[in-house]
Amino acid sequence: MAGFKYAAPRELDEALQLMASAQQPRPLAGGTDIVDQLKTGRRTADLVIEMKRIPQMQRFDVEADGLHIGAARSCTDIRSHPEVPARYAALYEAAGLIGSVQIQNRAALGGNICNAAPSADTAPALLVLDARAVVASSKGARLVELDRFFKGPGQTILEKGELLTGIFVPTPAARSASTYLRFIPRNEMDIAIAGVGCYLEIESSGLVKRARIALAAVAPTPIRARIAELALEGREISDALIEAAAEAAVSAARPISDVRGSAEYRKDLVRVLTRRTLQACVQRINAGERAS
Amino acid sequence: MAKIPIQFTVNGEPREMMVEPAWTLLRTLRDELLLTGTKEGCSNGNCGACTVLVEGRSVNSCLVLAPEADGLEVTTVEGIARNGKLSHVQEAFVQEGGLQCGFCTPGFIISATALLRRNPNPTEEEIRLNLAGNLCRCTGYDKIIKAVMRASAAMASGGAPAT
Repeated sequence: MAGFKYAAPRELDEALQLMASAQQPRPLAGGTDIVDQLKTGRRTADLVIEMKRIPQMQRFDVEADGLHIGAARSCTDIRSHPEVPARYAALYEAAGLIGSVQIQNRAALGGNICNAAPSADTAPALLVLDARAVVASSKGARLVELDRFFKGPGQTILEKGELLTGIFVPTPAARSASTYLRFIPRNEMDIAIAGVGCYLEIESSGLVKRARIALAAVAPTPIRARIAELALEGREISDALIEAAAEAAVSAARPISDVRGSAEYRKDLVRVLTRRTLQACVQRINAGERAS
Repeated sequence: MAKIPIQFTVNGEPREMMVEPAWTLLRTLRDELLLTGTKEGCSNGNCGACTVLVEGRSVNSCLVLAPEADGLEVTTVEGIARNGKLSHVQEAFVQEGGLQCGFCTPGFIISATALLRRNPNPTEEEIRLNLAGNLCRCTGYDKIIKAVMRASAAMASGGAPAT
């Protein structure tokens, strides 16, 4: 690794000053992407700034308005919080699919988002949960819809001097459910060939009130499949409607062919995974109704 | 690049030292503290040979920068046996022959120890899932899985554990 300086600020203001003053600052939270990238030269830095000692970065609050997670919180932290599995199932599931136990113990939510891999597993989960990125700079804080956060592979809308301090996930509505599924050749330690996140809100009449579907690893960034969402909303849920939405989701995908799979294969996976995530959400909503 | 001071605890012993920002925890443990039980395999977080405990959680030490360890508690494979007595996990690996060349073994010992502390009675499926971040090219894994199940049973039967 090329020489860089290191700072471990304990205050957000200090971190923001360092971000603004260094030539090529790199925030470090879990390090599972950035340390490897610094080793291989895929990214460079003159200053590595550790985020884990800053209180805002370690926030983890379930409040009436939703879930507030600091950017440095690890997948294991997310998996360990009692409120997450039921209410924020898609996020819980995605955090449990990343890497190995060792990786999940370190990999931070903010890092998974800022690394901006098209295959980032938490991205579709957060997109369907309508998450916002909490972005800070010396000018103050702003909330950015996560859908607008990604610019391209490895690229985000963060400007010089800005830091992602956390993620806000609004409390899901009643009669809703979310899930994330991905396809890889084995169950652990691999990168999604395709991934699909889904959030569904169904009225007691059976009409779909709100649908959000997001895709991983089939476009330059994680994307919402809005055409599939529109196919669902306002209509009565049925097997035929789910099939039509799955077909629509395929048209939103713009996959490449690479070592993990061909574009055609990925499109087919989008169809199958979209169908399965929608079916899972319907089952969960029905089960929740029976329980209450 | 100028070295910076860190203080941390390694296998229960407080340490103060100067590290370069670009050193990994792995390099610091092996080359500076001469704790060579922890191995370097892939250097990118895939193989698990470098697994150590940081604050009780298993991590790939090849992906931890040395300054990150400041103020934290680190346990390596050298810190698993106590007073010359092997832990249940170590003893079970010996009894089951859960190793051949031995290069991956320290990482497996750490991962299995972390698993059994969290979940003393895992199913075979849970063991396989929790050891997915450790690669072994010799054993075919079955004897490793059996070793972890044996360690779990030994812990349940109440034998005095080393750790």
